[in-house]
Formats: sequence, structure tokens, C-alpha cells
Amino acid sequence: MPSNGASATGPINGFFDWFGNLGIFSWKVLQAAVTPPFEWRELVRQLDDVGSKSLPLVALAGAAIGVVLSMEVRSSMTRFGAKSLLPSAVVFSLIQEMGPIITGLVVSGRVGAGIGAELASMKVTEQIDAIEASAINPYRLLAVTRILACILMLPLLTLAADGCGVFMGWLAQTLVQPVSFHQFIDSGFRGSTLKDFLPPTFKTAVFGLIIGLVACFQGMRTRGGAEGVGRAATNSVVLASLFVILADVVLVKLILVVFH
Amino acid sequence: MATAYDIAMKQGQPESQGDACVVAVENLYKSFESRQVLNGISLRVDRGETLAVLGRSGTGKSVLLRLIIGLETPDSGSVSIHGQDIAGLALDRMGEIRKKMGFLFQHAALYDSLTVGENVGFPLEHHRRELSRSERSDRVNQLLAEVGMEGNSEKMPSDISGGMQKRVGLARALALEPAILLLDEPTAGLDPISSGEIDDLILKLQRERQMASIVVTHDLHSAKTIANRLALLNEGNVVIEGEFEDLQQSDIEFVKEFLKQS
Repeated sequence: MPSNGASATGPINGFFDWFGNLGIFSWKVLQAAVTPPFEWRELVRQLDDVGSKSLPLVALAGAAIGVVLSMEVRSSMTRFGAKSLLPSAVVFSLIQEMGPIITGLVVSGRVGAGIGAELASMKVTEQIDAIEASAINPYRLLAVTRILACILMLPLLTLAADGCGVFMGWLAQTLVQPVSFHQFIDSGFRGSTLKDFLPPTFKTAVFGLIIGLVACFQGMRTRGGAEGVGRAATNSVVLASLFVILADVVLVKLILVVFH
Repeated sequence: MATAYDIAMKQGQPESQGDACVVAVENLYKSFESRQVLNGISLRVDRGETLAVLGRSGTGKSVLLRLIIGLETPDSGSVSIHGQDIAGLALDRMGEIRKKMGFLFQHAALYDSLTVGENVGFPLEHHRRELSRSERSDRVNQLLAEVGMEGNSEKMPSDISGGMQKRVGLARALALEPAILLLDEPTAGLDPISSGEIDDLILKLQRERQMASIVVTHDLHSAKTIANRLALLNEGNVVIEGEFEDLQQSDIEFVKEFLKQS
């Protein structure tokens, strides 16, 4: 009969095995990324896939968060007699935290699942082996391009989410108590500097790295037919979302220490 | 410093004109978890020769091909291509060797998001960057014509039959004009007429191109048609190797049983 100790080592071994393999995968991706030839055409295709195709979803999520923030913050601010701070509260909350994290999570869901399922399907049908057999580095063609696209597109998508959120936050506010957009923006950004807005926006490049890396890793190590493809897609989304949230904790602290 | 192998690769020639051996497999072992698949197998294939590897399902025939092209790593033993041991080579270095090899996968493994023409042009797009778009397109059409698939360039892989997919896979494998052709079950899952057509196609290509070929199959008739030599595998090792007549004259019980059942 296996001892309790032996049964407990399974998940622990699996945990270290997963991170070990992720480390090896990351090293291969890094090597492929810094050596020519570069797959420009595939990168452009991925930029379109990650960027423009995620834009409507991210914009919608940002807009919804803007409306919710405006309504919630209004009620709190009214209670404390600080209604004039409402624009600042909406703008700061959105740009510093809500916009980046919502974009990270939405892209984790859409792009993470897409990359995970696509690469997993290619893996189980030997298409990735066929790429390698054709003397093409699959890490360079498939992983580097997708990870780079995620890194480059996340900050831009975050800006889109922030913009839509601020606009819809103003709209929600102005329906209750009319205020011009110019006045709302002026009041919202008063006293702020680039230091307040650039680091939170660019931290999403790290989210992009996490989403791309985890999804490519899960996809390219898949085994076992349709079930494996489904598992890879699910794991890509779950793990990428989890690591985005955990990375956010570290990055927020880092930004506070370095920039404030 | 450039090795003899580097110079030979640049010239598109084997390492030494005096040495006809193109693929040499020495004492190769491979296991997956607790299952031993290859058990010290040794084989060699010379220039212009076709070796058919026969055996029951699960005896490691496809694994042998994957080891030869470096998609799997052996537990021990060596694989040499034109005299170069491929063990431990970096991916890009291995890529230089793979450019001289064409691989037809069992299920063709066509890229399902690309058209037939784009599939065939894929290796050219990456390794013959000096070709203009129209030159590449001409070359793709020429390759498709060679395998009897002219006029299908714009179709998607999902729109063509299994036999046609094998033909397209073969055209893709030939795109870089390889010196070695590896074919994994080229006639598996095909009707007898399509199988015969694929066999004829392989024979025609061998006559025209003088490649060294390794064909993994469980189809004895196909093996007899296209190969100069046959190797019969059982439990991860070669039971007998020789011409078809050698197999027919063998007293080994497994060989007799295999021939009887085929």
C-alpha cells in the first residue's frame, strides 16, 4: 500500500516538473527569438489576430467597467461629500488598475484559449513535427511570434480599454448630472503626471508575456487527441489568468516602490 | 573550421563520394516510459537505394523514422546522416541536415490553415528566400504536377481525399530536393487503386531523383514493389534483412507467419 508520503509527492513532482519544463521551453523560445531568420510575416499575422480581433471585446469590457465604476464611485463619494473627486476616482481607478487587469483577463480568455487550442491541434495532428521536419524552428515560427504579438499588443489594448472606460464613465456621470467631457477629463487628470499612467499601462506587456508563454507552452506540449486539445485550451486560460493576477500583485508593489 | 560534412552539405553532396552510405543506424535503443520500443536496431541505407521496413503495428517502425529525422532522441545508439552523428545537435544545426531529408507523415500532416499550394510552397518560402513569388509559384505547380495534383493548388487540405493528401505531403517532402526520403506508411488507409498509384509515383520519383529512401509499411505488396531491400522488425529489432526472395526462403517462424498473413 502506498504511504501517504508517496501519494503526496505526486502533485509536488508534477508542480516542479511543470515549472522545469516551462523553464526549458522559455530558454528555447529565447534562443529562437534572438537568432535569425525572423518570421516577420507570421508576426504581422499574429499582431492582427491578437490585436485587432481582441479590440472589440476589450473595448466593451473597458466600457462596462467605466459605467460600473462611475455608478459605484458616485454613490460612495456622495456619502462622503466628495462628489467633485468623482472624475479623478474613475480615471485613476481605470487607468491604474481596472483597465490593465481587465484587459489582461479578457485577452487571457480569448487569445490564451485560441493559441492553446490552435497549437495543441497542430501538435496532435503532427503539424508541428512537420514544421520541424521541414527544417523550420517551430519555437521561432509559432511561439516567438505569438508571444511577441501578445507583449506588443497588450499595452495598446489597455489604452483602448482605458479610453472606452473613461468615455463611458463620463457618459454614466453626465446622464445623472450633466458635465462636459472636457471638464470631466480636465478634472479627472488634474494633478497627475505621466508617472501615474505609463507604468500601469506598460506593465501589461508582462501580462502579454505570461499569456503568450503559458498558452504556447500548454499547446506545444499537448498529448492525446481531441481531449488533449480541450485540456490545453482550458489550462491555457486558467493558468494564464491566474499568473496574470499574481503578477499584478508583484508589479503593483514594484511600481509603487520604483515610481512613487 | 568547416568540416568535411559542412563542405559536402554546401555542395549538396554526401560527405564522401567514395562512401555510398547515406543513413546509418547503429545499435539504437528507444523506450517510452516502461515500454521498450527499439531494442538495439542497426540498419544502413545507401545512395539510390530503397529500404522497406516491415513489421506488425507497434513494433517501432514509425519511431525509427522519427529518430532518423531527429524528432525523437534515442536512449542509446547513434543515427548518422552522410556520416554525421546527429546526437545532441542544436535545432538550427539539425535543420541544415533536415533540409536534405524529405518526410511523408502517416496522415500527411498538412497544415490545415494553408491551401494545398501554400503547403507545398511552405519549405520553399522559408529556405529558398532568393526565389521570387512567381518562381516559387512555378516550382509549386511543377511539384504538384509531379505527384498528379496539378490544378488543386487553391484547395484546402480538408477538401481533398486521403490519397490526395498523401500526394500533397509527398510534393511537400520533395520541395527542397532531398537526398533522403522517409515515408511513413505511404499507402495506409488507401484503397488498392490509390495504393498502386502512390507506389508507382514513388518508383517514378526514385528513378528520376536517385534518392535514398526508407519506407515504413505493413503492406508487403507495396514493399515488394518499391523497395530494393526489406527489413522485418519484431519486438524492436530486425528479424531478417534482404531481398524479398530472402524472406521467402527464410526458416524463421516469425518471417513465415508474417508472409503467410500478409
